[in-house]
Amino acid sequence: MAPAQAHGVPVVPDSGIVPEAARNGIGIAVNGEHFVHIGDPQMPLLWYLRDVLWLTGTKYGGAHGENGADLVLVDGKPVSAITQPMAGLDGKRITTVEGLTANDGTLHPLQQAFIDEDAIGCGYCTPGWLIAGVDLLQRKPQPGDVDIDQLSNTCRCGCQTRVRAAIKRAATGKAAQA
Amino acid sequence: MSVNTTRGIGLSRRRFLQILAGTAGALVVGVRFAEAAEPPLPPEWLGDHFHELGAYVRIDAEGNVLIGARDPDTGTGVATALPMIIADELDADWNRVSVVQLGLGVSASNNQPQWTYGRQRGGTGDSIPAAWADLRQAGALARWLLTQAAARRLGIAADRLRCEAGTVIAPDGRRVTYGSLVDDASKLDLPRQAPAPKSPERYTLIGKPVGDVDAHAIVTGQAKYAIDHHEAEALVAVLLHCPWPDGSLARIDTAPALAVKGVVKVMHLKPEPGQPPGHTVIAPAVAVLAENTWAALEGRDKLKLEWKPGASVGASSGALEQQATSLLDGQAAPTTRVRDDGDVDKAGKHAARRFEASYYQPWLAHACPEPMNCLARIDKDHARLVVPSQAPQQAWAVVQRLTGLAPDQIEIRVPRVGGGYGRRLDHDYVAEAVMLAKAVNKPVRLLWTRDQDFAHDWYRPACVHKISAIVDGKRNLSAWNQRLASASALTGRGVPADRLWSSEVLPDQLPAGLVPNYRSDWYALESALPRGPHRAMPHLSNAFAVESFVDEIAHLMREDPLKTRQRLIGEPRMVALKNGGTLDTGRLRNVLQLVADRIEWKNWLRSVNGLGIACWYMDGAYVAHAVETSLQGDKLGIERIVCAVDVGRVINPLGLEGQIAGATLDALSTALNLAVTYKDGQIQQHDWKDYPLASMAQLPDNVEVIVVPNDGLPPTGASFLAMPTVAPALANAVFRVSAVRVRRLPLMKEFLRLQ
Repeated sequence: MAPAQAHGVPVVPDSGIVPEAARNGIGIAVNGEHFVHIGDPQMPLLWYLRDVLWLTGTKYGGAHGENGADLVLVDGKPVSAITQPMAGLDGKRITTVEGLTANDGTLHPLQQAFIDEDAIGCGYCTPGWLIAGVDLLQRKPQPGDVDIDQLSNTCRCGCQTRVRAAIKRAATGKAAQA
Repeated sequence: MSVNTTRGIGLSRRRFLQILAGTAGALVVGVRFAEAAEPPLPPEWLGDHFHELGAYVRIDAEGNVLIGARDPDTGTGVATALPMIIADELDADWNRVSVVQLGLGVSASNNQPQWTYGRQRGGTGDSIPAAWADLRQAGALARWLLTQAAARRLGIAADRLRCEAGTVIAPDGRRVTYGSLVDDASKLDLPRQAPAPKSPERYTLIGKPVGDVDAHAIVTGQAKYAIDHHEAEALVAVLLHCPWPDGSLARIDTAPALAVKGVVKVMHLKPEPGQPPGHTVIAPAVAVLAENTWAALEGRDKLKLEWKPGASVGASSGALEQQATSLLDGQAAPTTRVRDDGDVDKAGKHAARRFEASYYQPWLAHACPEPMNCLARIDKDHARLVVPSQAPQQAWAVVQRLTGLAPDQIEIRVPRVGGGYGRRLDHDYVAEAVMLAKAVNKPVRLLWTRDQDFAHDWYRPACVHKISAIVDGKRNLSAWNQRLASASALTGRGVPADRLWSSEVLPDQLPAGLVPNYRSDWYALESALPRGPHRAMPHLSNAFAVESFVDEIAHLMREDPLKTRQRLIGEPRMVALKNGGTLDTGRLRNVLQLVADRIEWKNWLRSVNGLGIACWYMDGAYVAHAVETSLQGDKLGIERIVCAVDVGRVINPLGLEGQIAGATLDALSTALNLAVTYKDGQIQQHDWKDYPLASMAQLPDNVEVIVVPNDGLPPTGASFLAMPTVAPALANAVFRVSAVRVRRLPLMKEFLRLQ
């Protein structure tokens, strides 16, 4: 114990608590909720979403994200979550497939269109298709076949024709709303 | 959610029904094992397949109906179609039906497993026919009980009541809801005879388009696949397998891996000798276990190890093909003469014209979107696993052998599965997860990274067909002599040597039965590469060779290939098959004609684009494809693709159309692009870029599906029905547009080489 008083100046007793070091975490917003990542900054976003947040809609497809199952939107732009380390994401807004649905449960027009067009096989790659499709509709509200052809996602179940129809249906619906 | 409340309760069927009803305050109808039931049940209760029955219906007092889906849904739609069959028979209101994917139903009797839900298998093309045989009984029984209860309450004979959308309706208009009847119904004695299923004209749901029951969960990212499941304290395991299945670990330094933060343990796994394929580790492997996936992957990256090759180190896919070709070019006797009708040799002496061609088809991987994975928790007296399996009873056998637990101490959950294609009929990855969970005494979440998935598969074997045919003076195909060389996918799987051909070729495949002198020989090749069941095998490979060759004959005879096929198929008649079934040539001709009409075959001769056609028969179902291709420079385009199927009765037309369109595109993708190759005994494909599924741009914008209405016949499976005819119809169309005959797959690479 330190002496209670020296030279007439009151001394606050030492609590013995070592203060936490300031943590320079990576702050991100996922589907509107804020999180701070304080682990390995090299951890890819995919494993942060799946292992840390247990937000499993974004899927593992392969090491380089070629099949698109791991697509998310980062500040509105499509990014392969497995190739994106947490390090570059401070202050960024992430939207995963779970975040496409409104808080009241209303589906995004493209989610609804996937149901209406039965654009689902096993469903494993569907979240990636939805993210790619939402991005396309943002860039091109009325996409043509040539635009849809640019999507690089793959689907082993062969849903491509029905995904195409779903994107067109969502675009038409949007036009009708506008 | 689990509704398998029967686990571990060894009750007679009557008690089973009543007790469940009493405890849950709901009417519960299951059809259990005939063997386990006492007193014995009349077999007519149980349909034709009374030895392998299972179904589950639960109605609560509010009238909500819960129906269990017993077969794993790998994207085939059975989690929707099977409950539809029960719901229609029950006259349930589909809007009030919830479907629950059932885990493995297993109870114990004398320490032997009893499969509570009967067969549980998906992606093998037989879910629908099996359900048609037995699941209707469950719905009919529940409806019978409810009707009896209503009859007592209303004082009206049961046969004067009718059921509609969850309500029993009396002739005077009085209505009683199912929910209000469940308490009474659950106290009734069961009927002495199985209640008759509905007459087909009363179907309200079967034959109507119904959306996938999991669709909403999938599009919102809420659907949980096995890979998405967690257990508290679970360690993540990732693996490196030896590049040679028969190799071994020569040297390992685990220290750098263990130094990675979060890495807990590094373990060496070895295949257990004497275990058949799919029951133990697929190849020697090193597993890195860590607190999260990223740490496990980092740890695996830091492993310093050396593999020692096995005897397969010199093997290559190219050498195997040469071996096959020289075998077929020589005079060696076949391993098995699969079929020999008439006298092919004698027919050859009266030949007007003789044709011959050879076809090569590559090794294929399964490439499941959801890679192999398994969550395993092994406690002293209980094991709980979440497995992406097509055959959970097989997974159970693996777990039971490795743990020694009693049959009903093993719980296996099978959520929706991210693709199967036959890969998940084998459970080597389950063996790995169990071995690791036992060793670390913690739950383990096993994940195969994509490179492991491509490099360690039970591949579809490559094959070489050499076919010769003789046409007589009347332009009739008088002899067909087909010789096939491949390494059997059944090697090591407990199949006798004289049946190893049965994964490679079928005695009843076209044009067997249509040609008076028909011979089919199989030549066995040896390969160290693991092999196993694969989507639409062996139809996929045989249809390409056969239906390409028919086109070649037509061309050399200067004939319209549709006409050649029509003459080969002949007039509508029933042709007896070796396996006991029948080939209805009228149905085959019909699907062929339908695609021909749709694609405007009359333009075949003059069209600038190329038209191609093919047809096939598979397990009671009929399929034909027609393709229109274009050529601009060296750029091949698929302008149109039409498919017609005749599957007998259709349960869910929306689901069927999806399966037909989906399999058509998958088969296109496979035919255009895909091949597995190996060199120095090692697989050369490691990621999607090496095994490029067709892109959106490469595929046609639309698949035109024609379904033949045929409600008079029982339903058949359709998940891979549309696979076999795609490649030959495409190759035939490519020939028309380019004069390039592609006899080797994948087509795109060969087309560019030949052009």
